[in-house]
Amino acid sequence: MADFTPTAEAAPPTSVERGSPAPRWRTAAAGAQRGSRALRVRVSAGLVAVVVLTVLLVPLFFPLDEQAVHLADKLRAPSLDHPFGTDDVGRDLLLRCVYGLRVSLLVGVVAALAATVIGTAVGALAGAVGGWTDRVVMRLVDVFSSVPHLLLGIFIVAMFQPGVWPVVISVALTHWLSTARIVRAELLSLRSRPYVEAAISGGASRLRVTVRHLLPAVLPQAGLAAVLMVPHAIWHESALSFLGLGLPSHKASLGAMVQSARSSLLAGDWWPTLFPGLLIIIPTLAIAGLAGAWRERINPRRRSELTL
Amino acid sequence: MTRTRRPGLPWLPMARLVGRRVLFAVPVLFCVTFGVFAIAAASPFDPVKAYAGTAGLTASQENLDQLRANLGADDPFTVRWWDWLTSAVTGDLGDSSSLRQPVAEVIAERIGWSTLLCAVAFTLAVLGGTVLGVLAARRRGGLFDRAITFVCYTLEAAPPFWLGLLAVWLFALKLDALPAGGLTDTASEVATAGQVTHHLILPAAVLAVSQLPWFVLYVRQGVGDAMDEDPVRGARARGLSERTVLFGHALRSGLLPVLTLVGSRVPELITGALLIETVFSWPGIASATVEAATSVDFPLLAALTVLATVAVLAGNLLSDLLYGLADPRVGFDG
Repeated sequence: MADFTPTAEAAPPTSVERGSPAPRWRTAAAGAQRGSRALRVRVSAGLVAVVVLTVLLVPLFFPLDEQAVHLADKLRAPSLDHPFGTDDVGRDLLLRCVYGLRVSLLVGVVAALAATVIGTAVGALAGAVGGWTDRVVMRLVDVFSSVPHLLLGIFIVAMFQPGVWPVVISVALTHWLSTARIVRAELLSLRSRPYVEAAISGGASRLRVTVRHLLPAVLPQAGLAAVLMVPHAIWHESALSFLGLGLPSHKASLGAMVQSARSSLLAGDWWPTLFPGLLIIIPTLAIAGLAGAWRERINPRRRSELTL
Repeated sequence: MTRTRRPGLPWLPMARLVGRRVLFAVPVLFCVTFGVFAIAAASPFDPVKAYAGTAGLTASQENLDQLRANLGADDPFTVRWWDWLTSAVTGDLGDSSSLRQPVAEVIAERIGWSTLLCAVAFTLAVLGGTVLGVLAARRRGGLFDRAITFVCYTLEAAPPFWLGLLAVWLFALKLDALPAGGLTDTASEVATAGQVTHHLILPAAVLAVSQLPWFVLYVRQGVGDAMDEDPVRGARARGLSERTVLFGHALRSGLLPVLTLVGSRVPELITGALLIETVFSWPGIASATVEAATSVDFPLLAALTVLATVAVLAGNLLSDLLYGLADPRVGFDG
């Protein structure tokens, strides 16, 4: 499974920059890599912009008629009229994919934000209060992370009946763990900084130190985690929808579109399956590319490759 | 040259680690089962309706009340949780409401097929990931490296069910080389080894491909970093052949720590199996989970969630044992 969240313990061994000069062929390679990295960031930013503009603007001009059925046009292969082809009741797949992407992105962003808020709150609680609270909370995090995400999500959605909110809640409830770990670790490393100690010795209360001095310092990390969480949330939403445990079919997300394309696929028509899947991959790669650049900026010492 | 005798495995510290983890697993399972029952209690889920199924629509109120009393549906969820827990310890996990058979029987019937699928896929992913990762790490930034990295990121972003469906389209429909799903041919009654193998190839390959990127990227990073380390530089400076440097020095320090992490991939493996078994109608435990979820079969879902948790904990333990063995500095104190 794709693990898009930066977990502290699962980070791959990273190369720390070394003082000794590298051999020439290696500096050349590094230069090429830097060049391709800049290109990658530019391409990623462009793709994200295109995706966001598309899902915001296209629905303004091209309303989607879910009820429309054009049986004469059903399952047309991709052509100039229908670049993505048509589905089994003759609807244009390009337009449906745009709407599906919109639903997926919306669910992904909301779920990722909710997960980040929960994670930051829990992490801040553990890191700022410390002691027994910290121990109990982190044990709970351990317990939570012993259940596979998707399975817990399936369980929650099954119990609360599929729908938009159960999906958002189940994705949020299963994805705050890594953020909580990151925020807690950051807080612990910040607590012994001189400016924090100065605030404490100046008589600031624990709450004030946390809210005024500690939280602002961890916000970039939490923000990065939130951005990296969006593709992860989209991925999970699409998996739930594919299993028939996601959004109702009149709010078809990309995963639900792949699910409903299954019968067409088994009849040999590939395009209703191919395009929604590609539209899951493209924003994921673009967001990961941007987040990787952001990570390098806030953790310059760790020049790690972007880890999905 | 006298060979020093290799010390035996550190059995005692390992046993102590296992013991500690088993003790830790008890409260974890306690919490997980409690959470599962709490979620069910907070949801609109009605065990009586679920148990009675369509028969519940025609049953008299009297019968339903009787059923309600039998199932203890009006007890607080903590009581039901405790009842479930105490009977689960004796091996009675309740009855599946969708499959109409004891949960323990469902698990016993299906777990073998899931294990087979996951073991084959995992082995393929580890082997393939190691080979590709080492090849990519040999010249980082090279053409092969960049190509393989790009493919890996793309594959990692791709939903496994989508990969599975495309594989069905290509290999089962277009090339007609492999069956599209199931365990055996529809006509046959018994599962022969040949048929199962034939049906296993496609789901195992897709599951392996969906797990592969992680291994490739981690092996590449681990071995690539090791290539920059002093022992490797020293070996190069002594004029040893690239081959010796790679296999004798870089792989030893770079590959081993990564491979010990395989145990921590159990959650991802379960996630992949949930999707792949559904796509290929593989009669395993993961597809049973999805069926249980669509028909809101609480007893089965609860048991399978616990089972998955046990698998994850076992995977973590395996990882820590391997890590301690691979790197004696780490030890078995975790």
